[in-house]
Amino acid sequence: MVLYGVAALALCMLVGMIIGDLIGVLVGVDANVGGVGFAMIMLVLVSAWLRKKGLFPKPSEQGVLFWSALYIPIVIAMAATQNVAEAIDGGPMAILAGVSALVAGAALVPVISRIGEKSEPLPPMTEKEKQEV
Amino acid sequence: MELVAGVLERNGLLFAFVVVGAMMLISGWLSKTLTRGRLQGSAIAIILGLVLAYAGGIQTGGEAGLADIAIFGGLGLMGGAMLRDFAIVATAYGVDLQEIKKAGAAGGLSLLLGVIVSFIVGAAVAAAFGYTDPESMATIGSGAATYIVGPVTGTAVGASSEVIALSVAAGLVKAVIVMVGTPMIAPLIGLNNPKAAMAYGGLMGTTSGVAGGLAATDKRLVPYGAMTATFYTGLGCLLGPSVFYFALRFLFGG
Repeated sequence: MVLYGVAALALCMLVGMIIGDLIGVLVGVDANVGGVGFAMIMLVLVSAWLRKKGLFPKPSEQGVLFWSALYIPIVIAMAATQNVAEAIDGGPMAILAGVSALVAGAALVPVISRIGEKSEPLPPMTEKEKQEV
Repeated sequence: MELVAGVLERNGLLFAFVVVGAMMLISGWLSKTLTRGRLQGSAIAIILGLVLAYAGGIQTGGEAGLADIAIFGGLGLMGGAMLRDFAIVATAYGVDLQEIKKAGAAGGLSLLLGVIVSFIVGAAVAAAFGYTDPESMATIGSGAATYIVGPVTGTAVGASSEVIALSVAAGLVKAVIVMVGTPMIAPLIGLNNPKAAMAYGGLMGTTSGVAGGLAATDKRLVPYGAMTATFYTGLGCLLGPSVFYFALRFLFGG
């Protein structure tokens, strides 16, 4: 049943969001702290456990993979609904602040990547994978 | 014509699927013919989306880009926070737990550094433009973190509404630039493995920016970057009006 996969995914997300909101209340900030992150970790653990028990058959898996595949189209829709006009309206100061934050952060990526065990680069994508979005 | 527009408005989400499908088709074709596949189709589609969002915003004066035009309203649902986060969580299916464990410490540190660096850089830019009171510097610095942290900090410390608007603009600029710029800087900063993606998510923090940017770079990196980015806004809201504001007051008086 495809819906079992979708339902499991939705349940993970809702539980993650509740945890994120609860942490927000506990530390006294008006924001969801890490809800998506908790939901992702939960999905990884729950699906691995269910698969091991043989309780996550192919159709259920399809329900999760469908939403995973819709991710890029959804991001494109998100891009088309950003408040780009206001971002540009903010003038040179807003643009400089945003760009500098990106540059300073990006410069730190190689430094932080050196901490801990090395992570191998992913194998190059095939031409087919590249176009398959 | 009105009849067709009515149908499209009433079935907004379905029309959004068609619109995005068309955008991806055009972008895929542009990617193959103009760049010979060097710039990925999804990267072009995201840039195209941002351009359309700008056009929509200019046309209507609204806040939701193209979605402010009635027949494109469905894009707001399709690209809204609920479905976006749902799809991001789904990408975690099949991630490697070993990779996450490997990057745990680096991911945590990247978050803290990312928030602090954005605060400092944003506050410095604010000061350079003449906003030297601690309230304005804290607010604009927070906006350079994300466009949610800016208003949260600004309201808490009592910054002027003009400064709060600027902080939102700074955050929006960052989100847009991260979306467009990630594929270009990825080779320079070694952004080709899960651990670097987790560090990147923590350092940038804008979930929409990181989600779009990594999708345009290598979609397999998305879950790792999104996982850390999701903690960033909360941490920013925690530190902005407290530690960061008091540090600025201590340094610059007020």
